[in-house]
This record gives sequence, C-alpha cells and structure tokens, in this order.
Amino acid sequence: MRSKYPGKILPLILLAPTLIVSVLFLYYPAGMSFRLSLFKTLFMGRKKIFNGIGNFVSLFTSPEYLGIVGKSFIFSFSVVVGGLVIGLGIALLANRKVRGARLYRTGLIWPYALSPAIAGTIWLFLFNPNTGMLTYIMEVMFGIKPDWLASGPLSMFMVIVAATWKNLGYNIIFFLAGLQNVPGEFLEAADVDGANIFQKFWHITLPLLSPTIFFLVVMNMIYSFFRTFALIDIMTQGGPAGATNIMIFNLYRDAFKYFKSGIAASQSLLLFVLVSILTLIQFKTSGRGVYYGG
Amino acid sequence: MVSPSTRDKLATFFTHFALIFLVLLIASPIIFALIASTQSTSTILNYPPQFLPGKAIVNNFTVAWTEYNLGRLMLNSTMIAIAVTVGKTIISIAAAMALVYFDFPFKSLIFIIILLTLLLPVPVRIVSLFDLVRQLGMADTFYAMIFPFFASATGTFLFRQHFQSIPDSLADAARVDGAGPLRFLTQVLVPMSMNTIGALAVIQFIYMWNQYLWPLIIMQSENKQVIQLGLKMLTGSGRAGVKPWGPAMAGSIIAMLPPLLIFLLLQEQFMKGFALKEEK
Repeated sequence: MRSKYPGKILPLILLAPTLIVSVLFLYYPAGMSFRLSLFKTLFMGRKKIFNGIGNFVSLFTSPEYLGIVGKSFIFSFSVVVGGLVIGLGIALLANRKVRGARLYRTGLIWPYALSPAIAGTIWLFLFNPNTGMLTYIMEVMFGIKPDWLASGPLSMFMVIVAATWKNLGYNIIFFLAGLQNVPGEFLEAADVDGANIFQKFWHITLPLLSPTIFFLVVMNMIYSFFRTFALIDIMTQGGPAGATNIMIFNLYRDAFKYFKSGIAASQSLLLFVLVSILTLIQFKTSGRGVYYGG
Repeated sequence: MVSPSTRDKLATFFTHFALIFLVLLIASPIIFALIASTQSTSTILNYPPQFLPGKAIVNNFTVAWTEYNLGRLMLNSTMIAIAVTVGKTIISIAAAMALVYFDFPFKSLIFIIILLTLLLPVPVRIVSLFDLVRQLGMADTFYAMIFPFFASATGTFLFRQHFQSIPDSLADAARVDGAGPLRFLTQVLVPMSMNTIGALAVIQFIYMWNQYLWPLIIMQSENKQVIQLGLKMLTGSGRAGVKPWGPAMAGSIIAMLPPLLIFLLLQEQFMKGFALKEEK
C-alpha cells in the first residue's frame, strides 16, 4: 500500500484545473451537442424544433449520407491497411542491427511531426495535373497523365496516399517499439530448427506483434476519421462531386456552411459512438490511454 | 556456394541500400517541395517540371512570409502551442500527483471522468463548443485556442502511470526529511519525470501546432489566425492552374520547422517516455 499524504483540500486544488476544463469545455458542450442532435434547426439555426430521433432516421435513410459513411470506411480501411503493411515492412528493415540504425530510424519517422495540412498542401502540388512532379514521373514511368482532381476514384486515391504517408512515421515508431518485445532467443531457436525467414515472421514475429497491430488499427482508424479534415479541406474540399466527402468534412459543412446545426450535432453523436467503440476496445485490450494527444 | 560471412555482408549491404532508399522515398515529397520553393512561378507552371533548384527562393519565402502574413501566423501558433504545452503539462502533473499521493472520496470516479474525455475529441462537440466559446466572449481571441485544450487525459494518464512506478521509499524518505507534498513534487517527482515530460511536450506541441478545424471556425481575424490556416490561404488563392505554388511550398517548409525541431530535439525522451516504455 502506497503511503499517502494527509489532507483533503490540497488534492482537490491540484485536480481543480483539469476538472474545471474537462467539465466546461468537454462534457458540457458534448452534452449540449447530444441534446441538439434531437432538434431540427430552421432559418440558419435561429429556430429549433424538437424532432426526437428524426435526425438520425433521416441520416440513415438518406442514400447520400449512407454514401458518405461508406466513403469514410473505404478511406479509413485503405489508410489503415496501407499504413500498417508499409509501416511494418519498413520497421522490420529498420529493426535490423546495422550501423547507423538510430540515424535511419530518425530518417524514417520524422514525418510524424508534420501536420495533415502540410501533407495536403505538398501532395496537392505533387499531384497537380498541369505542373505536378508526381504527374510527370507517372507519365514517364507508366505513360499515363491523369487529371487527379477531376476524377472521383483518383481523388480518393490521392487523399489516401497523402493521409497514409503522413501517418507512416507514427506507425513505424510503434512497430519498432513492438519489435523490441520479440525476444531474440525465440528467433534463434527457430533458426536452429531450420525455420526460414517467412516462417519466423509468420509464426513468431507476427503473433508477438499482435497487441501492437491491434493498437495501431484503432489509432489509425481514429486518425483517418478525425484527424484528416485539414488534408481533405486543402486537397479536395470533399470533391469532385462529393467523392472525398468523408463524415468529418460533411459534419463541418452542415454545421458551419449550411448552418444545419441540429443534423450536424446528430452526426457528431455518430462520430462519438464510433470513437467510443474504438477507444473502449483499445482500452480493454491494452489498457493504454493514448489518444493522439487530447 | 556462398560462405555464411559473405551472405551476412550481402544482407547488411542490402539492408543499408533498402533503408537509404526508403529514407529518400519517405522524404521525397518534402524534397520536391524544397525544390519547388526555389523556383519562380513561371518555371513551376512549365511542363515538364524542372527537378533542379531555381533562383526564386528568396522571393518565394519573402512573399509567403510578408504578403501572406505567415510571419505573424507563425508567431501566433508558437505562442498558442507553447502556452498549451506548458499549461497542460503543469495541470496534468498536478492532477496525477493528487491521484497517486493522496486519498480522497470518489478518487476512482474522478480518474474515470478525466479519462473518459478521450471519447470527446473536438469534432464530437464542435457545434456546441463553438456556441459556448462565443457566449463566453472568447471567439476570435487566443483564449479560444488555449483554454479548451488545457485538460489532458493523456497527460494525466501518463504521469499517473509514471508516478506509480516510482518506488514508495522515495516519498517516505522525502517525508522523513520533512519535505511537504509540494516540495516533494518540485524536488523529487518533476526531476524524475523528465522523460515523460519530454515525451508529452512533443505530443502536445505537435498536436496543438497542427490544429486546423477549430481555428478555422473560431478565429476570424486574419491577424490572429494560426499557421496551418495560412496554408489554406496559400493554396486557396489564385485560379486552379496558376496557384502561387512557389510561396505555398515555401510556406509548407516554414510551417513544418518548429514541430520538427521539437521532435528531433526530444526524440529520445519521446521514444523512451511514450512509445517504448508503455509497450511492456
């Protein structure tokens, strides 16, 4: 039993700032948002009518909104799978004991510090159909010169590439950390048994990495649903014709461009359900309270 | 038949080769951005693009810094990110101290209340947070960028975990020496928490520096805006074909420097205090 300091007032003073900010700026607005999700807003938000679960019914019966949810999951799935596969591949290489391993590590993870807005700006330039360097490289290598911004699927591909690249550093950091928990003796024992490199990966490394993989699936999903707004806003504004309009972007547009705050609040609640499920699974399985820094 | 030592050497060579290739590949978007930030708009607009540096570097950075006001926005972002990082660190250390070294009613409940704020990222409460901050008269002020971000579940959680790993005997020894809780905090706990503080500083500074959606809606004055929104101004201006790409790339480079610097400086603390330690 840890011995404690006496006193009841001091701990409350120490906790007060965190609690006040949490209640005032987190719980209270979240509660108000959930309440608002039951109202229909008219006249640019000036009039509110109680609508029960009406907003949710109209969201889930609207083919447009279901399409937005579908696009969000396609986007998220691609970012998660792409980011994890590439990240793991790179981490396996970077985990080899070679001279300068630390330097390589830094060279591989530093994009972690970049913002989605920066990633969006630079990739928008690279993909630019008239001047982009990537457009030119693709033309030279594959003989194609697509107008990335004009096509729905290509725009989606473009934002997936940018979003995956931006999060690669984060994935590599955690894969490298996870790989430190793969005991060398296991791999040596497998060597003695004559296992090849793929068998070792499949039967030893991958199972031992599964907590890390699980953690990263959840974190990458949260990233792709919540942290890619800037990237979409700068690269495509949800276009062309709504092809990259994912849930968070649609929420922003409904709330602050069309002033439909009721239906926007309902969409917030859906995102809350999503983040809750993801975080609770993540917490139950690994007990780590690490969101992106909130 | 290749001898094992030759095979090892080949494997090492291949590893180096692949790692160098990957480092360059990951950096390539930034390298292209760096090149473009030295080229004049007319060079950039020519197709095929030039892959050699041009002579417009000073012009591009000057245009971005002064005409697009990035100098001012950098200052704003720096002040906001530092204020939030320092504030968050202090108040989450305080909260963790209370949770680990004191006994009081509803302790676990309070910890859960703090932890559950993880479920409430900005998008979940954005509509009402916007109304609230406006009603408080904080819209379009730096307060709107600072106070709503002060509570940190991540910070409280990490510090609590770290404090719990510090042996009890230390607190007892400090008590025998007559150190009260606050002296114990400043003279024992804080010096022993430098890795966690460093790791958290990296996370929080980058998190704050990269904020985009919230300042987009809550800050109206161009002079008070943050650097990320400066990038939106740069890419949003001009017609589709003739955007000011040179200054935009210069702006991206400017905007990435502070968080990158912090990350590189505190990388070891970050790895030790955040990624590596927790995995156990």
